[in-house]
Amino acid sequence: MRYAETGFSLEVDLSRGNIEKTQTDPGLTELHLGGLGTSARTLWDRVPPETDPLSPDNLLIFSAGLLCGTPAIGANRTIVSSFSPQTRLMAFSMMGGFFAPELKYAGYDSLVISGKSPELVYLWINNGKVEIRDASHLRGKGSVETAEQIRAELKEPRAQVASIGLAGENRVFFASIEQGRSSASRGGLGAVMGAKGLKAIAVRGTGDIQVARPAEYIELCNQVLDYIKVRQDNPIPGVMPILARLGSPQEMAVHDEKWHTENFMWGNSRLRRKGFWTDEIAKQWTHSLESMRKRLISCYNCPLKCGATIAPPGLPTYMMKCFSKLTYTMAAMSDLDFGLRIAQRATEYGVDAFSTPQVMAFALELYEAGILTDADMPGFPSANDERFFWLLDRIVRREGIGDILADGTHWAAEKIGKGASGYAHNTIKKHEQLPLKLGMLNPIYFLMYSTGEKINITQIEGNFPQAPFLKKEEREAFVKDWVQVPDDRFKRWLLEWEPRGEKSIPNYPDVEATCEIVNWQEQMHYIDDALGLCAGLSSFPLKPPYHLHNLPRFISAGAGIDMDEEALKRIAARNRNMVRAVNVRRGMRREDEKPPADHWKNRFPDLEAGLLDAYYKFKGWDGRGIPTVESLNGLGLDFVAKEFKERGILAKEEEKVP
Amino acid sequence: MNAGRKTKKIKTIRIDVEKCNGCRACEVICSSFHSAPKYSGVNPARSRIRVVRDPLKDIYVPVYAGEYTAAECTGRDRYVIAGKEYDECAFCRASCPSRDLFKEPDSGLPLKCDMCESDPPLSEPMCVKWCITDALTFEEREVEETGGETLEEMEVGLEDLAKRHGLERLTEAVARMAKNK
Repeated sequence: MRYAETGFSLEVDLSRGNIEKTQTDPGLTELHLGGLGTSARTLWDRVPPETDPLSPDNLLIFSAGLLCGTPAIGANRTIVSSFSPQTRLMAFSMMGGFFAPELKYAGYDSLVISGKSPELVYLWINNGKVEIRDASHLRGKGSVETAEQIRAELKEPRAQVASIGLAGENRVFFASIEQGRSSASRGGLGAVMGAKGLKAIAVRGTGDIQVARPAEYIELCNQVLDYIKVRQDNPIPGVMPILARLGSPQEMAVHDEKWHTENFMWGNSRLRRKGFWTDEIAKQWTHSLESMRKRLISCYNCPLKCGATIAPPGLPTYMMKCFSKLTYTMAAMSDLDFGLRIAQRATEYGVDAFSTPQVMAFALELYEAGILTDADMPGFPSANDERFFWLLDRIVRREGIGDILADGTHWAAEKIGKGASGYAHNTIKKHEQLPLKLGMLNPIYFLMYSTGEKINITQIEGNFPQAPFLKKEEREAFVKDWVQVPDDRFKRWLLEWEPRGEKSIPNYPDVEATCEIVNWQEQMHYIDDALGLCAGLSSFPLKPPYHLHNLPRFISAGAGIDMDEEALKRIAARNRNMVRAVNVRRGMRREDEKPPADHWKNRFPDLEAGLLDAYYKFKGWDGRGIPTVESLNGLGLDFVAKEFKERGILAKEEEKVP
Repeated sequence: MNAGRKTKKIKTIRIDVEKCNGCRACEVICSSFHSAPKYSGVNPARSRIRVVRDPLKDIYVPVYAGEYTAAECTGRDRYVIAGKEYDECAFCRASCPSRDLFKEPDSGLPLKCDMCESDPPLSEPMCVKWCITDALTFEEREVEETGGETLEEMEVGLEDLAKRHGLERLTEAVARMAKNK
C-alpha cells in the first residue's frame, strides 16, 4: 500500500504515440519524496547533458508533490521540470491551481512526456483511460481559449487543463504553461511543450488518495487551518503590508502600490520614480482594479485568495495573480488600466510576466538609442501603449524583430550587437529578473541571487525578514513567537541585526550566519517543491503555518515514511544537490553564479568572493560550485560522484581537486 | 409561545455564493470525513458537497447532495441572476441520472449529505469548519412542526373518492383492506 502518493507515473512518448502506466520505486520516494526531487533524479537518469532543450530527447515532467491530493491545506503544486531553451540549464517552475490533485485522483504522481508529435496534439487523461488527440483545430488559439474549448468538446467541465498559447507553439524562450488561475511561467517550459507538439493536457480523476495515519494527519491539518486563521487576524507589525500576511503578496487585493511603484524599477529595470504615487494616481488605479476585478480566488484547498478574475471592458475574462499586476504597467511606463488589458492578451499568448515586459522595454530602449531602427521595426507605432501591444504580437509570432526578441534579452543582444548587450543588464544565468536595483549589498541576497537555481529570487527567499527591524523592541516582539526557526541562533541574528552601523549590511549578518540563513530559506523551498506545498503557506511568508518542525510529522502520518527533522533536512540537501548535479553536468560553474552587475550600487568584490567560498564549503561544494565526492557519497548520490569522475568534472582519486 | 404548536430544530447551512473563493476545501474535507476509516482517504468525486464552478463566468455554487431520484427532469431551465446565467442543475441537490454528481464514482450508489452525523455530535459540519472564507456558515433554526394531515383534511379526500366511486363501493374497499391487514 502506498500512502499520499499513487505509486504510478504516466509515461507518454509523443514520437511513437506510446502511453504507459508505470509503477514507481517506493525507494525513490524515501530518497527524494516526490515533486522536484524525483523529477531532478529522472532528468539526471534519462536526459544526457548534451541534449538540446527543444529536441525530442528532452523530457517534460509534470509532477505532483507528495502531499498533493491529501487534505493538507495548500498542497496543490504541480512541479514542471525540463531544460530551458533560454538558460540551457534545468528549468523548474511550480504552478498552483487544480492540476496536481486531479492528476493524483486520476491515479498518477507524475506525467513524463518524451519525444515529439508530428502533428499538434493534446493529451486527455481520464482516470485510467489516456488518449493522444488531434489539436490541429486549436493551433494559434489562446491558452485560456484552448482550455475552455477542450473542456467543452470533452463535455467534462471539471477537467483541469494545462495549455500553451501562441508563444509556446512558436517556442518563445519565455513561454509559459497556463493552467486555471496559475501558470508554470519561468524558464520557457511552454517552449519545450510547443517543441513537443503538445498544445494541452486535460486531466480528470475520480480515484482515492489514502493517508497512512488518518487521525493524526487530520489533526495536523486542523492545526494548520487554525493557525492560518490566527495569522490572518494578526498581521505582522513593522513590515510592509504585502509581507505581513500569508499567501503570495496580496497584489490582487491591495490598492496602495506606493512601495512597488517607488522602489521597483520602471522600463527595462531602469528608472526609479520617487514621488510617483500621488492621490490622483491612487484614485485612478483603484478605479481600474475595482472596475475590472470580479472576484478574489484561490487554488485547490486553500483559503487564501491570492488570485483574481479580471474582466477588462470589451476583452475576455482571465485570471491573474501576484506581481504580474504591475510588471507590464511599469515596463511600459504606463498605467494600471493598460497593465490589466495587455496582461489579458499576454495570458492568452502564454508568456512569463517577469521576462516579457522587460524584453519589450529592452527593445524600446534599443530603439530610442538608435541601435534598433525603423528598418528593423517597420510599422512600429508612435504611441507608447500601442508599441507594447505591437512588440508582444510580434514576439509570440516570431515575426521580424520579434523572432530575435523571442529568445530573451541576453540572446537577442548577442544577435543584435552594436552594444545591445549593455542593455541586457538584468539577467542571471541569461534569465530576466525582478526589476529591482538597490544601494548597499545585502550578503543574504547576494548568495541567494548568485546560487539560486530556480533563478528567481521569490523562489528562494522567504522565512527570514528581508530587512532589519528599526527598533530593538520590534525585534524582541518578532522573535517571541518565532517557532519556525531551525534553532535559536536565528533569533539572535535577527535581534542583533541593525539598520546601520557595525551590525548592518554588508558585514552583518556575518559570513557564517549568512550561510545558515540562506541555507534555511532555500531548504524550505526545496521541501515545499518536493511535497507540492504552496510557498505562500510555507517557504515564502514570515511565520508560516508549515515549517521544519511540523513537516516531518505530515510526511510520517501522511505518507507513512518515518521522518524527523534531521532526515528531512537530509532529503532537502539531497534534492538540492541533485538539481545542482544536473546543472553542473550541463556545464554550470562559479562564473555563472552572479547577480546582475548593477543590482547594487555598492559592491565588495573581496567580501562577495569570501561569501561564495564559504557558502560553497557550507553546502559541500568545491571552489567551483561542484558537489564534492564526500558530500555526494554522504547523501547517497554515489552514482553522481562516479559519473562526475568519469566525465572529468571531478578529479579521479589520484588527482588533486583544484 | 403557542402551547398547541410543536417546534423542531432544523440544521441549516447558509451558502453565500459571493464569498466562495472556489477552493473546494469543502469537497476535500467532506470526502475525507466520510471515508472509512474516518479521514483515511480523499476523493472529491465522493464528496456530498460540490462546488459548481465556472471561473470565467464568475459562477461558484456550493451545492449539497439531497435525495436520490430515478428520473431526470423533463425540462431543465436556466436562471439569470444578477447578469449571470445558471443551469438549473447548479442549484439542484438530487442524485439523478442526468449527471454524475452525488454518486459513488465506483458503485454509482447515491450520496446524501448527513450534516456529518457523528457520535459525539460535531458542533458544525466539517465543510463549514473548513470554509474559513465563510461562504458556508452553520445555523440551527426552530421551525414549527407541520404534524401531518388532520382528520378533516383526510375526510375531504374521502368525500372525493365517494363521489367518484359511490360510498358503498368505497366502504367495501375499506372493509376489505381492514380485513386483509
